[in-house]
Amino acid sequence: MADVQRPLPDLTEEDTHEFWAATRSGRLVYQQCAQCDTVVFYPRRHCTGCTSGRLEWKTSKGTGTIYTYSVVRQSYHPFFRSQVPYVVAWIDLDEGPRLVSNVLGISAPDLSLIGKRVRVEWETHESVSIPLFRLV
Amino acid sequence: MATQVRDAAIVGIHEYPSRDVEGRVSPLQIKAESAARALEDAGLKWSDVDAIYDAGEGGGAMSGLTIAEYFGIRPNVIDTTAVGGSSYEYHAAHAKRDIAAGKARVALLTYGSTAHSAAQRIGVGGRSGSRHPADNMEVFSGLTLVANYAMVANRHMHQYGTTSAQLAEIPVATRYHAMRNPEAVKAMQDLEFLNIRETTVDDVLNSRLIADPLRLLECCMISDGGGAVVITNPAIARDCRKPPVWILGTGEATRYPENGGDVTCTAAAQSGPLAFGEAGITPAEIDVAMIYDSFSITVLTILEDLGFCPKGEGGRWVEGGRLRFDRMDGPALNTDGGGLSSNHPGMRGIFLLIEAARQLRGESCSQVMDAKLAVAHGNGGMLGSRHCAGTIILGRD
Repeated sequence: MADVQRPLPDLTEEDTHEFWAATRSGRLVYQQCAQCDTVVFYPRRHCTGCTSGRLEWKTSKGTGTIYTYSVVRQSYHPFFRSQVPYVVAWIDLDEGPRLVSNVLGISAPDLSLIGKRVRVEWETHESVSIPLFRLV
Repeated sequence: MATQVRDAAIVGIHEYPSRDVEGRVSPLQIKAESAARALEDAGLKWSDVDAIYDAGEGGGAMSGLTIAEYFGIRPNVIDTTAVGGSSYEYHAAHAKRDIAAGKARVALLTYGSTAHSAAQRIGVGGRSGSRHPADNMEVFSGLTLVANYAMVANRHMHQYGTTSAQLAEIPVATRYHAMRNPEAVKAMQDLEFLNIRETTVDDVLNSRLIADPLRLLECCMISDGGGAVVITNPAIARDCRKPPVWILGTGEATRYPENGGDVTCTAAAQSGPLAFGEAGITPAEIDVAMIYDSFSITVLTILEDLGFCPKGEGGRWVEGGRLRFDRMDGPALNTDGGGLSSNHPGMRGIFLLIEAARQLRGESCSQVMDAKLAVAHGNGGMLGSRHCAGTIILGRD
């Protein structure tokens, strides 16, 4: 059986392709409105805070806090079934965006991970890098 | 109560009895069969129907057209609102509005699914490829549907001290009701449940983890099934076979991830006050709470957000079997057995309306004595990220 790999994003999707392009140079980016300061995430072409928005790309330091998480113990997905148990989490980046990712290096935490500090760790693929996280 | 308007009523209901059709019946056939039985229940005919509400699960992108032809009726009103499991609460809300506006006389809501026969791995399967930007940001993470809800539970525990034992009260209550419902018992047999009996909190805590902190007995089944609901105006309702179940109030809302948002707060916090406000009643007056029980945490957060108890106190509030039909401090929760133990073919919202109507007619297997008021609250999508909520308040004469 051929190696099954992690499902990867569609790099041509119109709203998010710039986010994924930035990952190739190890940059975790998000948008902020120059008009009203709203942080927009996931990426879009319009500001959700004001109608005259001018969105600018910013680069995150790649550090944040686990807002909430779960340990996935059952998956029928051909890739993820080989990964169980693994941690999925909503992560609040210090600049404001909240994103879904995995927390590496821990599969069955004894204590809650909520509030724990994390830092991005890139998983490099041929045409894109995936922002995963590790406890700091 | 002076402002309460009784301009539309549920007069016909049917729940398709089988949860395992073994691939021999299609979703469309389940919809049509259920529609015919619900119309008979009301004492009405296909030709009486002039408004169709359809979530598109059987007929594809043009379901408003294809379902009309399939049924063989020519409706004046077509509504194809598709918001997952909450679609049918939206449909009931829209039917009430359309009937009150004089645009519709007899509204037909139907649902059919063969999720079990088709072996759909709804809860723990992979996510299909999608070009929606939100999916494109999450597809790499292996976030299963169960884990999505589990993240709400973990945050609720962190924020409010809720325990797994408290969450377990919810599947224990729904199983208690399921064991009194022969169709639910048959469903559990057909879907090869182990140990089909009343459960305890310890049973739930001893079942295996699917996505921490949610365990097997906190997750709904995946069945085949469907049903139908007929809604009409007061003049026609008076001539129907069964007593009318009035739609007293409706509310609709969405909720999606926001930077800094509170994932323990569901769209019910917005739809609930709209529905209760329109009905002119409070949660304390509700006898029967039909709450979308995809998972234990879904019910706990929605009970709080509808105002049955203060936010964060749901865990303590449900302790001690409060949600059982034979308790006086109720409300009774999901007296058909719910999605956890009776019927969940993917979009359960129609069964919330059906069992609420049974209760207000006095026809439930776990009948609440002298039930007068019920709430049906559907949740569609995913609780921990983007979801829709529909709240319907129902009352008898």
